[in-house]
Amino acid sequence: MGSATSELPVRRTPLADAAETGLKIVIVGGFGVGKTTLVRSVSEIRPLNTEEVMTQAGVGVDETRGVAAKTTTTVAFDFGRISLNERMVLYLFGAPGQERFWFLWDRLFSGTLGAVVLVDTRRMDDSWYAIDRLEHHKTPFVVAVNRFDDDTRRYSLDEIRQALALPSHVPMIDCDARVRQSGKEVLITLVDHLYELAMAQETTP
Amino acid sequence: MRKPVDTGDPDRLYTVTGGRSRADDAFDLVTLVVSECEPSAGMQSEHARILDLCRHPTAVVEIAAELKLPITVVRILLGDLLAMGRITARHPRAAQSVASLPDSALLKEVLHGLRNL
Ligand SMILES: Nc1nc2c(ncn2[C@@H]2O[C@H](COP(=O)(O)OP(=O)(O)O)[C@@H](O)[C@H]2O)c(=O)[nH]1
Ligand SMILES: [Mg+2]
Repeated sequence: MGSATSELPVRRTPLADAAETGLKIVIVGGFGVGKTTLVRSVSEIRPLNTEEVMTQAGVGVDETRGVAAKTTTTVAFDFGRISLNERMVLYLFGAPGQERFWFLWDRLFSGTLGAVVLVDTRRMDDSWYAIDRLEHHKTPFVVAVNRFDDDTRRYSLDEIRQALALPSHVPMIDCDARVRQSGKEVLITLVDHLYELAMAQETTP
Repeated sequence: MRKPVDTGDPDRLYTVTGGRSRADDAFDLVTLVVSECEPSAGMQSEHARILDLCRHPTAVVEIAAELKLPITVVRILLGDLLAMGRITARHPRAAQSVASLPDSALLKEVLHGLRNL
Protein backbone atom coordinates (compact mmCIF):
# COMPACT_ATOMS: atom_id res chain seq x y z
CA MET A 1 0.00 0.00 0.00
CA GLY A 2 1.69 3.22 -1.14
CA SER A 3 -0.01 6.42 -0.21
CA ALA A 4 -2.93 5.65 2.04
CA THR A 5 -4.58 8.92 1.17
CA SER A 6 -4.94 8.83 -2.59
CA GLU A 7 -6.84 5.77 -3.68
CA LEU A 8 -9.66 5.27 -1.22
CA PRO A 9 -13.11 4.59 -2.63
CA VAL A 10 -15.66 7.38 -2.52
CA ARG A 11 -16.63 7.94 1.09
CA ARG A 12 -20.08 7.44 2.50
CA THR A 13 -21.77 10.55 3.79
CA PRO A 14 -19.69 11.59 6.78
CA LEU A 15 -21.18 12.79 10.04
CA ALA A 16 -21.53 16.51 10.68
CA ASP A 17 -18.32 18.03 12.04
CA ALA A 18 -20.27 19.11 15.13
CA ALA A 19 -21.24 15.49 15.93
CA GLU A 20 -20.14 14.86 19.51
CA THR A 21 -22.51 12.37 21.16
CA GLY A 22 -22.82 8.78 20.00
CA LEU A 23 -25.78 6.75 21.30
CA LYS A 24 -26.61 3.05 21.04
CA ILE A 25 -29.74 0.96 20.65
CA VAL A 26 -29.47 -2.80 20.23
CA ILE A 27 -31.88 -4.98 18.25
CA VAL A 28 -31.74 -8.55 19.47
CA GLY A 29 -33.35 -11.61 17.99
CA GLY A 30 -32.81 -15.02 16.45
CA PHE A 31 -31.45 -15.69 12.98
CA GLY A 32 -33.74 -14.50 10.19
CA VAL A 33 -36.12 -12.57 12.43
CA GLY A 34 -35.49 -9.35 10.49
CA LYS A 35 -32.80 -7.47 12.46
CA THR A 36 -30.76 -6.43 9.44
CA THR A 37 -33.95 -5.57 7.57
CA LEU A 38 -35.08 -3.28 10.39
CA VAL A 39 -31.68 -1.61 10.65
CA ARG A 40 -31.62 -1.07 6.88
CA SER A 41 -35.09 0.42 6.75
CA VAL A 42 -34.29 3.20 9.24
CA SER A 43 -30.55 3.72 8.73
CA GLU A 44 -29.05 6.60 6.76
CA ILE A 45 -26.19 4.34 5.66
CA ARG A 46 -26.22 0.87 4.16
CA PRO A 47 -25.83 -1.50 7.13
CA LEU A 48 -22.19 -2.31 7.83
CA ASN A 49 -20.80 -5.44 9.36
CA THR A 50 -18.13 -5.79 11.98
CA GLU A 51 -16.88 -8.28 14.53
CA GLU A 52 -15.28 -8.67 17.89
CA VAL A 53 -12.86 -11.40 18.85
CA MET A 54 -13.13 -13.33 22.03
CA THR A 55 -10.89 -15.83 23.75
CA GLN A 56 -11.89 -18.38 26.33
CA ALA A 57 -9.74 -16.73 28.97
CA GLY A 58 -11.32 -13.37 28.34
CA VAL A 59 -11.86 -11.01 25.47
CA GLY A 60 -9.21 -9.75 23.14
CA VAL A 61 -6.43 -10.89 20.89
CA ASP A 62 -4.53 -13.64 22.62
CA GLU A 63 -0.95 -13.14 23.70
CA THR A 64 0.62 -15.96 21.78
CA ARG A 65 -0.17 -16.90 18.25
CA GLY A 66 -0.19 -20.61 18.90
CA VAL A 67 -2.80 -20.34 21.60
CA ALA A 68 -4.82 -17.71 19.76
CA ALA A 69 -5.25 -20.06 16.84
CA LYS A 70 -7.07 -22.47 19.12
CA THR A 71 -9.10 -20.16 21.32
CA THR A 72 -9.97 -17.07 19.32
CA THR A 73 -13.62 -16.92 18.33
CA THR A 74 -15.49 -14.22 16.50
CA VAL A 75 -18.87 -12.62 17.09
CA ALA A 76 -20.21 -10.65 14.13
CA PHE A 77 -22.90 -8.00 14.19
CA ASP A 78 -24.19 -5.33 11.85
CA PHE A 79 -25.16 -1.74 12.41
CA GLY A 80 -26.62 1.36 10.87
CA ARG A 81 -26.90 4.95 12.01
CA ILE A 82 -29.33 7.83 12.30
CA SER A 83 -28.16 11.43 12.68
CA LEU A 84 -30.66 12.83 15.18
CA ASN A 85 -29.37 16.38 14.87
CA GLU A 86 -26.05 18.14 14.24
CA ARG A 87 -24.62 16.94 17.54
CA MET A 88 -26.22 13.55 18.23
CA VAL A 89 -25.94 10.33 16.27
CA LEU A 90 -27.77 7.12 17.10
CA TYR A 91 -26.21 3.77 16.18
CA LEU A 92 -28.46 0.73 15.78
CA PHE A 93 -26.90 -2.66 16.29
CA GLY A 94 -28.38 -5.89 15.03
CA ALA A 95 -27.21 -8.51 17.47
CA PRO A 96 -27.61 -12.28 17.32
CA GLY A 97 -29.19 -13.53 20.51
CA GLN A 98 -27.20 -16.73 20.83
CA GLU A 99 -25.34 -17.66 23.93
CA ARG A 100 -21.77 -16.73 23.07
CA PHE A 101 -22.86 -13.26 22.12
CA TRP A 102 -23.84 -12.40 25.69
CA PHE A 103 -20.28 -12.82 26.89
CA LEU A 104 -19.56 -9.68 24.93
CA TRP A 105 -22.59 -7.69 26.04
CA ASP A 106 -20.91 -5.56 28.71
CA ARG A 107 -17.90 -4.96 26.54
CA LEU A 108 -19.88 -3.87 23.49
CA PHE A 109 -23.16 -2.56 24.78
CA SER A 110 -22.66 -1.09 28.23
CA GLY A 111 -24.18 2.36 28.15
CA THR A 112 -26.77 1.35 25.56
CA LEU A 113 -30.01 3.33 25.80
CA GLY A 114 -32.08 0.18 25.54
CA ALA A 115 -32.95 -2.80 23.37
CA VAL A 116 -35.60 -4.01 20.97
CA VAL A 117 -36.35 -7.74 21.10
CA LEU A 118 -37.52 -8.64 17.61
CA VAL A 119 -39.88 -11.61 17.60
CA ASP A 120 -41.04 -13.98 14.87
CA THR A 121 -44.15 -15.72 16.22
CA ARG A 122 -43.29 -18.88 14.32
CA ARG A 123 -40.10 -19.20 16.37
CA MET A 124 -40.92 -17.68 19.71
CA ASP A 125 -38.50 -19.90 21.58
CA ASP A 126 -35.64 -17.84 20.15
CA SER A 127 -36.87 -14.84 22.12
CA TRP A 128 -36.88 -16.41 25.56
CA TYR A 129 -33.18 -16.35 26.00
CA ALA A 130 -32.77 -12.75 24.85
CA ILE A 131 -35.48 -11.53 27.22
CA ASP A 132 -33.93 -13.42 30.11
CA ARG A 133 -30.48 -11.99 29.39
CA LEU A 134 -31.73 -8.40 29.02
CA GLU A 135 -33.52 -8.66 32.35
CA HIS A 136 -30.32 -10.04 33.86
CA HIS A 137 -28.29 -7.09 32.48
CA LYS A 138 -31.04 -4.67 33.62
CA THR A 139 -31.30 -3.26 30.12
CA PRO A 140 -34.71 -1.70 29.44
CA PHE A 141 -36.37 -3.14 26.35
CA VAL A 142 -39.52 -3.34 24.26
CA VAL A 143 -40.76 -6.31 22.24
CA ALA A 144 -41.51 -5.79 18.54
CA VAL A 145 -43.36 -8.51 16.66
CA ASN A 146 -42.19 -8.66 13.05
CA ARG A 147 -45.24 -9.88 11.15
CA PHE A 148 -44.36 -12.07 8.22
CA ASP A 149 -46.85 -12.41 5.36
CA ASP A 150 -46.78 -16.20 5.47
CA ASP A 151 -47.53 -16.35 9.20
CA THR A 152 -51.13 -17.54 9.08
CA ARG A 153 -51.87 -17.76 12.80
CA ARG A 154 -51.56 -14.07 13.65
CA TYR A 155 -51.37 -14.39 17.41
CA SER A 156 -52.52 -11.25 19.18
CA LEU A 157 -50.02 -9.19 21.18
CA ASP A 158 -51.77 -10.39 24.36
CA GLU A 159 -51.30 -14.00 23.39
CA ILE A 160 -47.65 -13.36 22.61
CA ARG A 161 -47.18 -11.54 25.92
CA GLN A 162 -48.51 -14.59 27.69
CA ALA A 163 -46.43 -17.00 25.68
CA LEU A 164 -43.28 -15.02 26.52
CA ALA A 165 -44.33 -14.51 30.17
CA LEU A 166 -43.66 -10.84 29.58
CA PRO A 167 -44.43 -8.50 32.50
CA SER A 168 -47.15 -5.91 31.78
CA HIS A 169 -44.73 -2.97 32.05
CA VAL A 170 -42.80 -4.09 28.96
CA PRO A 171 -44.27 -2.35 25.88
CA MET A 172 -45.13 -4.44 22.83
CA ILE A 173 -45.63 -3.31 19.26
CA ASP A 174 -46.44 -4.87 15.89
CA CYS A 175 -44.10 -4.02 13.06
CA ASP A 176 -43.02 -4.72 9.52
CA ALA A 177 -39.25 -4.54 9.54
CA ARG A 178 -39.20 -3.74 5.83
CA VAL A 179 -41.12 -0.50 6.25
CA ARG A 180 -39.25 2.61 7.32
CA GLN A 181 -42.19 4.22 9.11
CA SER A 182 -42.84 1.01 11.01
CA GLY A 183 -39.20 0.72 12.08
CA LYS A 184 -39.29 4.33 13.18
CA GLU A 185 -42.33 3.62 15.36
CA VAL A 186 -40.52 0.72 17.02
CA LEU A 187 -37.65 3.02 17.97
CA ILE A 188 -40.02 5.72 19.21
CA THR A 189 -41.85 3.13 21.33
CA LEU A 190 -38.56 2.18 22.95
CA VAL A 191 -37.39 5.74 23.59
CA ASP A 192 -40.85 6.75 24.87
CA HIS A 193 -40.59 3.88 27.34
CA LEU A 194 -37.09 4.98 28.40
CA TYR A 195 -38.32 8.52 28.83
CA GLU A 196 -41.13 7.36 31.12
CA LEU A 197 -38.66 5.32 33.16
CA ALA A 198 -36.26 8.25 33.44
CA MET A 199 -39.04 10.64 34.46
CA ALA A 200 -40.24 8.21 37.11
CA GLN A 201 -36.70 7.89 38.44
CA GLU A 202 -36.08 11.64 38.44
CA THR A 203 -39.29 12.44 40.30
CA THR A 204 -38.73 9.79 42.96
CA PRO A 205 -37.32 11.57 46.03
CA MET B 1 -24.08 -25.99 24.37
CA ARG B 2 -21.61 -23.64 22.78
CA LYS B 3 -21.26 -24.33 19.10
CA PRO B 4 -17.89 -24.51 17.39
CA VAL B 5 -17.34 -21.12 15.84
CA ASP B 6 -15.39 -19.61 13.02
CA THR B 7 -11.94 -18.52 14.08
CA GLY B 8 -10.52 -15.26 12.82
CA ASP B 9 -7.03 -14.84 11.46
CA PRO B 10 -4.95 -14.47 14.61
CA ASP B 11 -1.71 -14.10 12.66
CA ARG B 12 -2.94 -11.01 10.93
CA LEU B 13 -4.26 -9.49 14.13
CA TYR B 14 -0.99 -10.23 15.86
CA THR B 15 0.92 -8.45 13.11
CA VAL B 16 -1.31 -5.38 13.05
CA THR B 17 -1.07 -4.81 16.79
CA GLY B 18 2.59 -5.75 17.16
CA GLY B 19 1.59 -8.64 19.38
CA ARG B 20 -0.35 -6.59 21.89
CA SER B 21 -3.67 -7.73 23.24
CA ARG B 22 -4.70 -5.02 25.66
CA ALA B 23 -7.15 -2.55 24.17
CA ASP B 24 -7.86 0.95 25.45
CA ASP B 25 -11.22 0.49 27.11
CA ALA B 26 -11.91 4.21 26.99
CA PHE B 27 -12.96 3.76 23.37
CA ASP B 28 -16.63 2.89 23.26
CA LEU B 29 -18.20 1.46 20.08
CA VAL B 30 -19.74 4.89 19.48
CA THR B 31 -16.88 7.11 20.58
CA LEU B 32 -16.44 9.60 17.73
CA VAL B 33 -12.86 9.93 16.55
CA VAL B 34 -11.43 12.99 14.77
CA SER B 35 -8.00 13.24 13.10
CA GLU B 36 -5.73 16.01 14.28
CA CYS B 37 -3.19 15.60 11.47
CA GLU B 38 -2.68 14.16 7.99
CA PRO B 39 -1.35 10.65 7.45
CA SER B 40 2.41 10.80 6.87
CA ALA B 41 4.93 8.71 4.98
CA GLY B 42 6.27 5.73 6.87
CA MET B 43 3.30 5.54 9.17
CA GLN B 44 1.78 2.08 9.81
CA SER B 45 -0.82 1.68 7.06
CA GLU B 46 -3.70 1.08 9.51
CA HIS B 47 -2.82 4.29 11.36
CA ALA B 48 -2.77 6.16 8.06
CA ARG B 49 -6.15 4.76 7.05
CA ILE B 50 -7.69 5.78 10.36
CA LEU B 51 -6.38 9.33 10.03
CA ASP B 52 -7.76 9.44 6.52
CA LEU B 53 -11.14 8.11 7.60
CA CYS B 54 -11.50 10.43 10.57
CA ARG B 55 -11.19 13.78 8.80
CA HIS B 56 -14.83 13.98 9.85
CA PRO B 57 -16.02 12.48 13.15
CA THR B 58 -16.22 8.69 12.74
CA ALA B 59 -17.43 6.16 15.30
CA VAL B 60 -15.09 3.39 16.45
CA VAL B 61 -17.47 0.78 15.06
CA GLU B 62 -17.44 2.41 11.62
CA ILE B 63 -13.64 2.45 11.63
CA ALA B 64 -13.65 -1.26 12.47
CA ALA B 65 -16.09 -2.00 9.64
CA GLU B 66 -14.11 0.04 7.11
CA LEU B 67 -10.77 -1.48 8.10
CA LYS B 68 -12.32 -4.95 8.40
CA LEU B 69 -10.62 -5.41 11.76
CA PRO B 70 -12.08 -6.58 15.07
CA ILE B 71 -13.12 -3.90 17.56
CA THR B 72 -10.34 -4.85 19.98
CA VAL B 73 -7.67 -4.34 17.35
CA VAL B 74 -9.09 -0.97 16.38
CA ARG B 75 -9.13 0.10 20.02
CA ILE B 76 -5.42 -0.75 20.26
CA LEU B 77 -4.63 1.26 17.13
CA LEU B 78 -6.69 4.21 18.38
CA GLY B 79 -4.84 4.10 21.70
CA ASP B 80 -1.56 4.50 19.77
CA LEU B 81 -2.85 7.46 17.79
CA LEU B 82 -4.30 9.12 20.88
CA ALA B 83 -1.01 8.74 22.76
CA MET B 84 0.77 10.42 19.82
CA GLY B 85 -1.75 13.28 19.82
CA ARG B 86 -2.87 12.45 16.29
CA ILE B 87 -6.54 12.03 17.07
CA THR B 88 -9.06 13.36 19.54
CA ALA B 89 -11.93 11.29 20.92
CA ARG B 90 -15.47 12.42 21.69
CA HIS B 91 -16.66 9.84 24.17
CA PRO B 92 -20.35 9.14 24.81
CA ARG B 93 -21.80 10.77 27.90
CA ALA B 94 -20.60 8.59 30.75
CA ALA B 95 -23.31 6.30 31.99
CA GLN B 96 -23.06 6.15 35.77
CA SER B 97 -23.37 2.39 35.62
CA VAL B 98 -24.34 -0.24 33.12
CA ALA B 99 -27.92 -0.25 34.28
CA SER B 100 -28.49 3.45 34.83
CA LEU B 101 -30.77 5.47 32.60
CA PRO B 102 -29.72 8.56 30.69
CA ASP B 103 -31.48 11.72 31.84
CA SER B 104 -34.89 12.61 30.50
CA ALA B 105 -33.62 15.74 28.73
CA LEU B 106 -31.32 13.67 26.52
CA LEU B 107 -34.08 11.15 25.81
CA LYS B 108 -36.40 13.97 24.84
CA GLU B 109 -33.84 15.13 22.28
CA VAL B 110 -33.59 11.58 20.92
CA LEU B 111 -37.38 11.37 20.62
CA HIS B 112 -37.50 14.68 18.85
CA GLY B 113 -34.82 13.55 16.40
CA LEU B 114 -36.64 10.28 15.67
CA ARG B 115 -40.00 11.96 15.15
CA ASN B 116 -38.43 14.33 12.64
CA LEU B 117 -36.98 11.54 10.51
N1 LIG C 1 -42.28 -11.07 4.58
C1 LIG C 1 -41.39 -10.48 5.36
N2 LIG C 1 -40.10 -10.80 5.20
C2 LIG C 1 -39.19 -10.21 5.99
C3 LIG C 1 -39.55 -9.29 6.99
N3 LIG C 1 -38.43 -8.91 7.68
C4 LIG C 1 -37.42 -9.57 7.10
N4 LIG C 1 -37.84 -10.35 6.08
C5 LIG C 1 -37.02 -11.22 5.25
O1 LIG C 1 -36.53 -12.26 6.09
C6 LIG C 1 -35.19 -12.57 5.78
C7 LIG C 1 -34.31 -12.45 6.99
O2 LIG C 1 -34.25 -11.10 7.42
P1 LIG C 1 -32.92 -10.47 8.05
O3 LIG C 1 -33.19 -9.02 8.27
O4 LIG C 1 -31.72 -10.80 7.24
O5 LIG C 1 -32.84 -11.24 9.43
P2 LIG C 1 -31.73 -11.21 10.56
O6 LIG C 1 -31.02 -12.52 10.51
O7 LIG C 1 -32.49 -11.06 11.84
O8 LIG C 1 -30.81 -10.04 10.31
C8 LIG C 1 -34.79 -11.63 4.64
O9 LIG C 1 -34.88 -12.34 3.44
C9 LIG C 1 -35.80 -10.52 4.73
O10 LIG C 1 -36.05 -9.93 3.47
C10 LIG C 1 -40.94 -8.97 7.13
O11 LIG C 1 -41.35 -8.17 7.95
N5 LIG C 1 -41.81 -9.60 6.30
MG1 LIG D 1 -28.76 -10.08 9.94
